Amino acid sequence: MALANGEEKKKAGVSYLGKFFPRLRRYPTTYIGFAIILAFLFIAIFGPMIAPYHYSQQNLALRLDPPSEEHIFGTDQFGRDIYSRILVGSRDVLTVAGSGTALAVFFGLLLGLFSGYRGGLFDEMVMRAMDVILSIPPLLLAMVILFALGPSRVNVILVVGFLYIPMVARVVRSVVLELKTRQFVEAARMRGESSLYILYKEILPNVLPSLAVEASMRFSYSIFLVASLGFLGLGVQPPSPDWGLMVGEARTWFYQAQWVLYFPAGAIALLVVGVGFMSDGLRRMLLPGGVSDVG
Amino acid sequence: MGSYFIRRIGFIIITLILASIIIFSITQFLPGDVAQVILGQFATETAIANLREELGLNEPLHMQYLNWAGNFIQGDWGNSLVSRMPVRPIVTQRLVNSAMLAGLALLIYVPLGIVLGVIAALKRDRLPDQMITGVSMAFVGLPEFVSGLLLISFLAIGAGWFPANSSIDPDSTFFQSLPYLILPAITVSLTGLGYVARMTRSGTIDVLRSDYVRAAELKGLPGSQVLTRHVLRNSLLPTVTIVAMGIGWLLGGLIVTEAVYGYPGLGRLLVYGIQRQDLPIIQAGSMIVVAVYSLSNLAADIIYGMLNPRIRVD
Repeated sequence: MALANGEEKKKAGVSYLGKFFPRLRRYPTTYIGFAIILAFLFIAIFGPMIAPYHYSQQNLALRLDPPSEEHIFGTDQFGRDIYSRILVGSRDVLTVAGSGTALAVFFGLLLGLFSGYRGGLFDEMVMRAMDVILSIPPLLLAMVILFALGPSRVNVILVVGFLYIPMVARVVRSVVLELKTRQFVEAARMRGESSLYILYKEILPNVLPSLAVEASMRFSYSIFLVASLGFLGLGVQPPSPDWGLMVGEARTWFYQAQWVLYFPAGAIALLVVGVGFMSDGLRRMLLPGGVSDVG
Repeated sequence: MGSYFIRRIGFIIITLILASIIIFSITQFLPGDVAQVILGQFATETAIANLREELGLNEPLHMQYLNWAGNFIQGDWGNSLVSRMPVRPIVTQRLVNSAMLAGLALLIYVPLGIVLGVIAALKRDRLPDQMITGVSMAFVGLPEFVSGLLLISFLAIGAGWFPANSSIDPDSTFFQSLPYLILPAITVSLTGLGYVARMTRSGTIDVLRSDYVRAAELKGLPGSQVLTRHVLRNSLLPTVTIVAMGIGWLLGGLIVTEAVYGYPGLGRLLVYGIQRQDLPIIQAGSMIVVAVYSLSNLAADIIYGMLNPRIRVD
């Protein structure tokens, strides 16, 4: 019986995957998105090896030098190679936004699962707490917390993780509330399975598609937030090659040297578009028919 | 509706109290002593001790909070630690400036976003849709400081159409500020435009699939009538909520955009306050932002309820 059940699940899994790819083919932007992200991942891993110069190596004789053969993206106000800085900086943005998203997804998932499944007073309290966090605009809350904790890489990760917990928890909870009434959950309860078993084996797998879509959306918002905090000087501190910080510093110089602004700004734009395409593609693949939700 | 309204107001008051506790407690983690910050690093021990006494810093934390909250409600928002000026006139003046910027941005992106969203929905999966969806996706994700600086570079420095810097006299009237408001308003609008367009598109697609639209088509109504009388009336309902839900985004966007252009609004005031550790400015400014946010959410709920009598929220 157990075996038959497993076989059935496997089959269902195959046809599930089989359904994705034809759907994916209808939206070429999804491929573009994944390609951009893979390219940035590659750069983040191998960037420091590819980079022709060290990201903080100064050359004061060659300040604000326009793009040339030696410096294909030009140099900044300290004569640092912008190309090398962007390559190395991809690590910062992906790890900070990525870890923040991972934190939010993990805790949001836990809260959403238990809150939705248990219901009652616990649910009420968790959701009201989430409402209070949501009552403060995210960027403002991030600024105030970072003001108190002091700006640093770890603190930015913690803040991003904390801020996005409520959004993830709400999405997960709403899916759990719907699943709870389904017959297969009812059946598991009749069999006398424990709550933890039901949550892990019956509910969690069905939450995953929505969670994946939500996570990819959170990732794009995290990049947005991390870059904005870097720009405001509340994120990763100089001389680190954070893209938002580079754009912020470029503000003083781009009147005379546009490339100081264009390349890091272009890198942010490209990454953001890539993540947007990917998350949109994921939503169309995993949640067909659902109202596309932004928020 | 009446009791619902009262309950919502009650909920907002509770939210504001909790938010004020959060903001007050976070700002207590400030590295260093407030009295030290005010007097500078060369102040004598006794001077610091006296000021601590005067500011009530020796009282227990909950008493400090109650004093602060009580004064805040009575309109005494304290004095700026940097300029020593009363905080309330500064914050209200900056709030007006931010409201002018936000209003102009809303006037740009809401109608434009709705039009683009409806076009995308009608041409679903065809070229116009793919272009609108693709471009709006890029705009939604593009941080305001990136789009803002690029706009300055192209339209202000390159083409010379707009001033590159909007750090005008905070007392300027709307018409004095207008030329300086256009570029920041476009910057804020880009994010909101993509957002409204996407949501209008998905709302309209849902309505287009509905039975009553099918029925209207089958009974031979001309397409334009189906669109105005059946589709838009229903598909624009969610847009109201979307615009209001986007207010949180708008507020964040204003903070960054004002920093980019140096526009003297509430956002730039908050960023300055944080850079200079000006505690009263941060507290009052944050509270006002939270209050505006809560009220706009309430307004959205009420408008939504009025537009759609089927919804009885409880």
